[in-house]
Amino acid sequence: MATRYFGVAMKRREDPRFITGRGTYVDDLTLPGLVYAAMVRSPHAHARIQAIHKEKALKHPGVIAVFTGKDMVDSGVKSLPCGWLLPGMKLPPHYPMAVDKVRHVGEIVAVVIAEDRYTAEDAARLVEVEYEVLPAVADGAKALQPGAPAVHDEAPDNVCFRWSIGDKEKTEEAFRRAHKTVKLELVNQRLIPNAIEPRAAMAQYNPATDEYTLWVTSQNPHVHRLLMAAFVLGIPEHKLRVISPDVGGGFGSKIFLYPEETIVTWAARQVGRPVKWTARRMESFVSDAHGRDHITEAELAVDEKGKVLGMRVKTIANLGAYLSTFAPAIPTYLYGTLLSGQYEIPTIYCEVTGVFTHTTPVDAYRGAGRPEATYVVERLMDIAARELGEDPAEFRRKNFIPPDKFPYQTPVALQYDSGNYEGALNKALEIIHYKELRRQQEELRKQGRYIGIGLSCYIEACGIAPSQVVGSLGAQAGLWESALVRVHPTGKVTVYTGSHTHGQGHETAFAQIVADELGIPIEDVEIVHGDTGSVPFGMGTYGSRSAPVGGSAIVLSLQKIKEKARKIAAHLLEAAEEDVVFEDGKFYVKGVPDRFKTFQEVALQAYLAHNYPPGLEPGLEASSFYDPKNFTFPFGTHICVVEVDPETGKVKILRYVAVDDAGRIINPLIAEGQVHGGIAQGVGQALLEGAVYDENAQLLSASMLDYALPRADDLPSFEIDHTVTPCPHNPLGVKGIGETGTIAATAAVVNAVMDALAPFGIRHIDMPLTPEKIWRAIREARAA
Amino acid sequence: MKVPVTVTVNGQVYQREVEPRMLLVHFLRDVLGLTGTHVGCDTSQCGACVVLMDGKAVKSCTVFAVQADGSQITTIEGLARDDQLHPLQEGFWEMHGLQCGFCTPGMILSAYDLLQRNPNPTDEEIRHALEGNYCRCTGYHNIVRAVRYAAEKLRVQA
Repeated sequence: MATRYFGVAMKRREDPRFITGRGTYVDDLTLPGLVYAAMVRSPHAHARIQAIHKEKALKHPGVIAVFTGKDMVDSGVKSLPCGWLLPGMKLPPHYPMAVDKVRHVGEIVAVVIAEDRYTAEDAARLVEVEYEVLPAVADGAKALQPGAPAVHDEAPDNVCFRWSIGDKEKTEEAFRRAHKTVKLELVNQRLIPNAIEPRAAMAQYNPATDEYTLWVTSQNPHVHRLLMAAFVLGIPEHKLRVISPDVGGGFGSKIFLYPEETIVTWAARQVGRPVKWTARRMESFVSDAHGRDHITEAELAVDEKGKVLGMRVKTIANLGAYLSTFAPAIPTYLYGTLLSGQYEIPTIYCEVTGVFTHTTPVDAYRGAGRPEATYVVERLMDIAARELGEDPAEFRRKNFIPPDKFPYQTPVALQYDSGNYEGALNKALEIIHYKELRRQQEELRKQGRYIGIGLSCYIEACGIAPSQVVGSLGAQAGLWESALVRVHPTGKVTVYTGSHTHGQGHETAFAQIVADELGIPIEDVEIVHGDTGSVPFGMGTYGSRSAPVGGSAIVLSLQKIKEKARKIAAHLLEAAEEDVVFEDGKFYVKGVPDRFKTFQEVALQAYLAHNYPPGLEPGLEASSFYDPKNFTFPFGTHICVVEVDPETGKVKILRYVAVDDAGRIINPLIAEGQVHGGIAQGVGQALLEGAVYDENAQLLSASMLDYALPRADDLPSFEIDHTVTPCPHNPLGVKGIGETGTIAATAAVVNAVMDALAPFGIRHIDMPLTPEKIWRAIREARAA
Repeated sequence: MKVPVTVTVNGQVYQREVEPRMLLVHFLRDVLGLTGTHVGCDTSQCGACVVLMDGKAVKSCTVFAVQADGSQITTIEGLARDDQLHPLQEGFWEMHGLQCGFCTPGMILSAYDLLQRNPNPTDEEIRHALEGNYCRCTGYHNIVRAVRYAAEKLRVQA
């Protein structure tokens, strides 16, 4: 069939509502009788709750109710579940509101329900909580020291789990044989996601039907429903409808089941009126799940020829005070398994210790585990190249997994599906004129100007799957995706997808797939998502799974639709089914293209069922659950060029080139946009962002005044290109593009800055590379 | 105690009684139901709530509704005229200058202010002018192109 839409850089169909202010985000919604919730949050990182006095708040005009954690537990509310269990893992309870102790700043101790949001906030300040303040610890390494304050009685040493992957003995042996070893200690700092739309939830309870409706900022409404209904509130699943309308960015932070949305759903029933809560930004800083937060020791063993022999990695992963929904999976199966990078490394051994601290829980943030792995691998490769006196591009090239070795089994469990790493590297080097750039760098150094060139050759694992495998690794969910395709009598099509769009443009990209497959105009296709009341089921959007898993589910349903439509068409054309060809929206008998039935005619017949094949059910709709055979493995090379001002320490990004390979691209416009945004978040981590806790585990960077996100004038224009190595195991050949930029960028930028600082003998500085840190490092280097 | 406020928003006059401490952004969203203006932070950092007040961009989370008494406000809902998108709206659509769309109204109105002051900005000037607006999705690359597109179109029209 002629492709008309797949691969075309179409403008997005969702944009008109956003550019005219007609989007519908949760906080835009209202209901008759709506009341507002304000959370009372702990100012202490660790404290015993002695007493909570509600009286003053309850007397405040406009206040309807005040509830505490005890009220919730007494009514039968259970702990928030963790969706990934590791062997031997400690899983202390996490109630929506603290009952006996608070364990991080911002933990909820009470909720005030009032007539409007101003009153609710006023009254929240009137709730008096008596605390016995206890010592606290924020740092993952310090939490492991003997005598550190314990976060939970269940884990007196603060260890949640110890996990390892790879062959320890074989790796030790490789290090014994090594010609040279390279060691690096690094911190992958804690980040705060900061979707610009704050989280929000509005819940309604209907006593007539005993049904709840929850509107929530969610990347995966069905998962929200399952976890909240079955595990926390004890509501039968079919009595809770979860709707996630337009969502203003997620980046992981809107995957998880949070206390607030559980509280408003429960409270709506208690007060008999719909309840809404919208996070203030300061609440987002202490209550949205944070990301990263690793302390790592990594080593590389290299032989005489510069071939990598082995890698050894030890990581302390700070999990925060409680286990968020997918927390244990991030520093283990999404991190340790990616440590082979793009390289043929004969043996790898990685140990991870998951640690509780008195901080906000940590979970998946854009890339989730994979940026942390890439950062370790790509920093090590750069340092190894430098210490071996090799060019960083050539050193990488020498160690790449060659294109003829796919599928490639790494020593850390994954089997990479397809790849051409040298192809992407070559293209990136060409775009940036690498050799010429290196010459310029030398010349400028002589003039006292410090240019740095940083490479990052990343690998990513998207669309984690199949369900059987993730189940065996501890996932408490299957990781397939569903799609229902409903053809209407006029031949218009509605697709109900279990994936979710919060900026990724699914309404356009998925419609492109459907219009092509059915040979119908794209205007005839509607994509519906985000409502458990209309979409059969779904796992949502995270880990760049929507195109490879969600898109593939749509294709499966379209195949079923076409099969059934062909049966109807064969009957109408009085032909044998196997002789009927479907092309450009028309069914015809092979060799007789002039005698045809259009897709629309067949659709109508499916519903009239007047002149209809015997034994075939009327109607034309199909539903599928697609369980992938494997992850997909996007890859690419990003190159960043920076100039560092040695007098101020300020880094200026001069150029940023990204060559990504995400398999076949559905819509290049959307794919490029995803890469841009991803790079911005990676640059943010490299240069600006970082959660800062003080000695008492107070979050110092708790507002946009104190936490630096990249602004327009912090970033350059990006130079984007791609190569195409199709995914061999899904019907679309797509791999996923949503996180590549973030996964690649931190290492590219840090490698560039360290390259610029090499003349000073500076080997490594931990992120964020703020002017002050760089300036101090240069000053110390000059003094030495 | 509530006080009377009269504001013209997108050409329509509204008279309401509000608490003196009510922020303009909440007045627009919760009282008038104009939810195109968004709240992204509490500290006037993000710019999601930018509207035009008497023709100039203001962060409506740092203005009290009572301060807007007697003024002319334009929100994103009032930017398109006679069903014709403003060149900035067109530019954001054409150049893929948005993803989740949450920061977009504020971004467009900040850019509107820039183009009034400087009809032919360089990329650097566009980036500088938008430094009071956060976008977490686009990396700004396409936002800069969107503003440039609009500047060119407005110059042709002028």
